[in-house]
Amino acid sequence: MSDPNRKAPDVTDTVSSTRPAPPPVALVNPANRNEGAPRGDDEQVLRLEDVNIFYGDYQAVRGVDMTIGRHQITALIGPSGCGKSTVLRSLNRMNDLIPGARVAGRVTYHGEDLYAREVDPIEVRRRIGMVFQKPNPFPKSIYDNIAYGPRVTGMRVSNMDELVEKALRRAALWDEVKDKRKQSALALSGGQQQRLCIARTIAVSPEVILMDEPCSALDPIATSKIEDLMFELSRDYTIVIVTHNMQQAARVSHRTAFFTAEVDEQGERHGRLIEYDTTNKIFTNPAQKRTEEYITGRFG
Amino acid sequence: MAVITPGAPVPAASVRRGRRRPGERVIEGFLVLAAVVSIATTIGIVVSLLFPTVEFFGEVSIIEFVTGTQWTPLFSIKQYGVLPLLVGTLWVTLIATVIAVPLGIGAAIYLSEYARPGTRKLLKPILEVLAGIPTVVYGFFALTFLNPLLIDLWPSDDKPEFQNLLVAGIAMGIMIVPTVASLAEDAMSAVPQSLREGAYALASTKMQVATRVVVPGALSGIVAAIVLGVSRALGETMIVTIAAGLKTDGIPWSPIDGAATMTSFIAGAAQGDLPVDSLDYLTIFAVGTTLFLFTFALNALSIRLVRKFREVYE
Ligand SMILES: Nc1ncnc2c1ncn2[C@@H]1O[C@H](COP(=O)(O)OP(=O)(O)O)[C@@H](O)[C@H]1O
Ligand SMILES: [Mg+2]
Repeated sequence: MSDPNRKAPDVTDTVSSTRPAPPPVALVNPANRNEGAPRGDDEQVLRLEDVNIFYGDYQAVRGVDMTIGRHQITALIGPSGCGKSTVLRSLNRMNDLIPGARVAGRVTYHGEDLYAREVDPIEVRRRIGMVFQKPNPFPKSIYDNIAYGPRVTGMRVSNMDELVEKALRRAALWDEVKDKRKQSALALSGGQQQRLCIARTIAVSPEVILMDEPCSALDPIATSKIEDLMFELSRDYTIVIVTHNMQQAARVSHRTAFFTAEVDEQGERHGRLIEYDTTNKIFTNPAQKRTEEYITGRFG
Repeated sequence: MAVITPGAPVPAASVRRGRRRPGERVIEGFLVLAAVVSIATTIGIVVSLLFPTVEFFGEVSIIEFVTGTQWTPLFSIKQYGVLPLLVGTLWVTLIATVIAVPLGIGAAIYLSEYARPGTRKLLKPILEVLAGIPTVVYGFFALTFLNPLLIDLWPSDDKPEFQNLLVAGIAMGIMIVPTVASLAEDAMSAVPQSLREGAYALASTKMQVATRVVVPGALSGIVAAIVLGVSRALGETMIVTIAAGLKTDGIPWSPIDGAATMTSFIAGAAQGDLPVDSLDYLTIFAVGTTLFLFTFALNALSIRLVRKFREVYE
């Protein structure tokens, strides 16, 4: 996945790259994918095998195994501090930015080890984008926020205006901002800012979008807009969302992973994956007692 | 301190007025005094510049002052054209800025975005100590080290003079690098981490995060850092007195000429025993007022720029 020349992918065409024979799906631009791609197809996009994540000496997450399917919304739920964000950030190497953070075990993307020596984390993040808990638009115009990604990744864009419009439409923001694209993004409401952050992520045509509690700073109306949007986006994108709102997980996700923190023999707390199944199963008939306790509100 | 038993009623006296500690009054008085003194001093300086300046322009026309190309008030044939001093000042300030801005901002980007936390902790105080080196040291550094080097390396036969504006400008640039770097680094560190994360998540390289997100986000503080550096250069006296010489009898068209600046002229003239109220003595104030106007304009500009680029982060 390393590509020293950062060869420019084309937005309107199939992504071309010189990297050594990657699995074909990684190279297909989601925007061009067959619209009617079957829901919940079993293809694995991401896979975690015995993943352990450390912050310095502290082990925040222990022994996580899970797979994330293509064009699905996978929700990570669990009480605060159980390592949801930590796991999420390990999927596009955002943990690299934290001094002392370390991932052991295997995280693979279409079978490729994301933590292999030759992998370029920047290329990883081009394919696996991220939306954060607090909307973080750049202090630039709405237009420049969207154009930022295509510009830094060197995408060959024949018509940037068109790309910006497409991204804004896709994020259901176009009607609200079409007349003020040149105005500062900071003037938007929180919900609009968050949709802008989603639009900005879509603009580089990633395959996977990671979302870390994207609605926790928003009011219920803005939240429901984002949920609709996620559902809509899942036709073309693979989405992993962290939420501590169980109704949200139940409403939007296809599969749900329940994490919690466990105290080990030495008295240290580690985040662990307790149960991972279809959302329906987790919320109606969980296999684990702790899952049931959590979703019924008796714990956590 | 009285021990209050839980549940017991609080003694009523404790809420009455009049128990205000007397120290409070004294401190408040001192703070008011400090504010008054600093404002009064500023007004005093302006007034003490203004009256002699007005008197000066009673004898020398403003036209001659701003258009004359020779400044020879201390010679037998007296000429009062301030342009040589002005051009000398502009050369030195320009050269210092050209050196200090890229180096200072570069160092700030390194410290804020590239250096490990440990390295930054070590380097930042060193930088701040560098900013405190007396300017006379830089002056001699320029005269005895930089200038011979410059003359040696100079490509053409038209070598720089023994004292020249270029070498003074270079030394001054080096002098203000720590100031610019330290303040610019403060501004960059204040850019929220969440913006960097957002940029990284959009597949930015480290350099792109620095140049496209952090620097624009910190622009207001960076501009303030640059302006502070430039105004230090504008007002700097010692380096130019030592390294650029005191020649004033013509406009220094080239930076390799030796020439006085406004500040070095004032310093030089104030050393002599000029009779108070002589025209010669008044020149000091006329030049001082000119310098003051420049500094004032620069500060006004900086306030506007800082406002323009200010980003309000929550
Ligand atoms: N940057 C960090 N440095 C050290 N410890 C961290 C850091 N981020 C998170 N942790 C710790 O890792 C554990 C999991 O955190 P996190 O993944 O943020 O949990 P969640 O998102 O489920 O609330 C917590 O104990 C937290 O204190
Ligand atoms: Mg979290």
